[in-house]
Amino acid sequence: MSLYYLTAHELHDLLLKKEISAVEVNEAVFDRIESVEDSVKAYLTLTRDQAMKTAQEVDDMIGAGRPVPPLAGIPIAIKDNICTEGVRTTAASKIIYNFIPPYDATVVKKLAGQHIAMTGKTNLDEFAMGSSTENSGFFATHNPWDRECVPGGSSGGSAAAVAAGESVCAIGSDTGGSIRQPAAFCGVVGIKPTYGAVSRYGLIAFASSLDQIGPFTRDVTDCALMLNAICGHDPLDSTSSPYEVPDFRRCLVNDVKGLKIGVPREYMSEGIDADVRQIIEKAMSLLELNGARIEETSLPHLGFSLPVYYLIAPAEASSNLARYDGVRYGFRSAGAQDVVDMFMKTRSQGFGAEVKRRIMLGTYVLSAGYYDAYYLKALKVRTLIKEDFNNAFEKFDILLSPTTPSPAFRFGEKTGDPLKMYLSDVFTIAVNLAGIPGLSVPCGFVNGLPVGLQLMGRPFSEGKLLQAAYTFEQCTDHHRKHPEL
Amino acid sequence: MIKKSDVEHVALLARLELTDNEKEIYTRQLNDILGHFESLQELETTNVEPMAHVLSLFNVFREDKVDRHLPSENVLANCPDRDEDCFRVPKIV
Repeated sequence: MSLYYLTAHELHDLLLKKEISAVEVNEAVFDRIESVEDSVKAYLTLTRDQAMKTAQEVDDMIGAGRPVPPLAGIPIAIKDNICTEGVRTTAASKIIYNFIPPYDATVVKKLAGQHIAMTGKTNLDEFAMGSSTENSGFFATHNPWDRECVPGGSSGGSAAAVAAGESVCAIGSDTGGSIRQPAAFCGVVGIKPTYGAVSRYGLIAFASSLDQIGPFTRDVTDCALMLNAICGHDPLDSTSSPYEVPDFRRCLVNDVKGLKIGVPREYMSEGIDADVRQIIEKAMSLLELNGARIEETSLPHLGFSLPVYYLIAPAEASSNLARYDGVRYGFRSAGAQDVVDMFMKTRSQGFGAEVKRRIMLGTYVLSAGYYDAYYLKALKVRTLIKEDFNNAFEKFDILLSPTTPSPAFRFGEKTGDPLKMYLSDVFTIAVNLAGIPGLSVPCGFVNGLPVGLQLMGRPFSEGKLLQAAYTFEQCTDHHRKHPEL
Repeated sequence: MIKKSDVEHVALLARLELTDNEKEIYTRQLNDILGHFESLQELETTNVEPMAHVLSLFNVFREDKVDRHLPSENVLANCPDRDEDCFRVPKIV
């Protein structure tokens, strides 16, 4: 087995046994990047020198017999909408193509405290708006399982990097499915934690009431290690929750006996591929065989989550993206007559088509005369969707669904029609609207393309999701398969 | 129904300068998207509270004291145009 395809916990064991060094691990990953990156294009920026320096420090610590944290020396990629001090951070937008943050995001600081080796910054849809990386202001990322297909989005670069062996773990962000959908498309584990579980400080804001940072990993154990590293209250993010973070490793228990799992029928009916349905039903039988109690249930307002999301998220985005005006950082259009002209030219030349479309949509639904009919209505229906989940969780510990209705689609398949692209998020969006955690774990393949199983739980029940996913993983081998590159 | 003049008005509010082609595309697409979302209006929501925050949240207070902040040199390092410790912009009036 190649070093670059091991998991963080396997590598950690080998490091402690001194069978390998952190420098060797990082050399293996950067060699892998050299050989496959041209066809995957997961990264916008590589930070090899920085990674090798940290790796050497970790080797020195181990050599000196000092204890090292579980992620020490592990090559980890960071989505390029998360600020890294001194390392260019673009959100894949031309409008901040040259932005070098003067500070680290809280997650980056926390991971640095674990002595991770940051491999670089990964590609995304511009400002995380998209489901395929085709909206990146620079280039698209390719799915390692089939280079003709998209890796999903918006965190497509992070998912592809982990799947292709170009990093061992990665950090992404999820506003409407941007971790879970690419995790499903690329055959890796991804979790969107509860809103408020992870600090958003230093995350370039898209829709602040929905955004949440989370990890991509090759297995559920690594997912627990990453959550241990990044969760927790942060005074710099007033929406981060002051809760007691458990040791998620304790949740890695191979047991789902008596676990009550609900399957909302709305997720299994509308437009789901027959092959995907079959794989999900097989996954359900497997969990049942292990003692879980599975029953059909209903989330009556689920069908409204797409319109609610595409009213609330663009509304928040139109306000968040008002800051890109060419004054304090990033791109500024030359030759403007006055300051308003400069704002207009800078924003028109700096933003891509999808970002402009969402700013327009968001500005419209917030504008005088339309606020009540659209934005306020969406906030009310969001309450109804949240109540549906509350009701379901009175009866069930976990809800289960496919992560996406079909596997990865081909380039260009949905770029002509924004609505068609929006529909690819239809199964992941409600989780963000309800603020609950959602995890995607690999559960099979259709024509060589991975399929994801989505598990959803009550707020702060990440541990339960990990336990169910871990149990599922122990009786399957999808996570041990790797794409041929 | 969104008209081209609505798109022009919204673009001005959003400080976006659109080409004629963009105006046409966005007029059509915004109509498509919002048309698709009409289903929301079927729902009776008179007695439903609009969601202010997804989880219960409390005011966050801190001591009113001066903290450490980024040196202005670091803050200004990314700006396209500056004059000593100020951001420089084209004329305002």
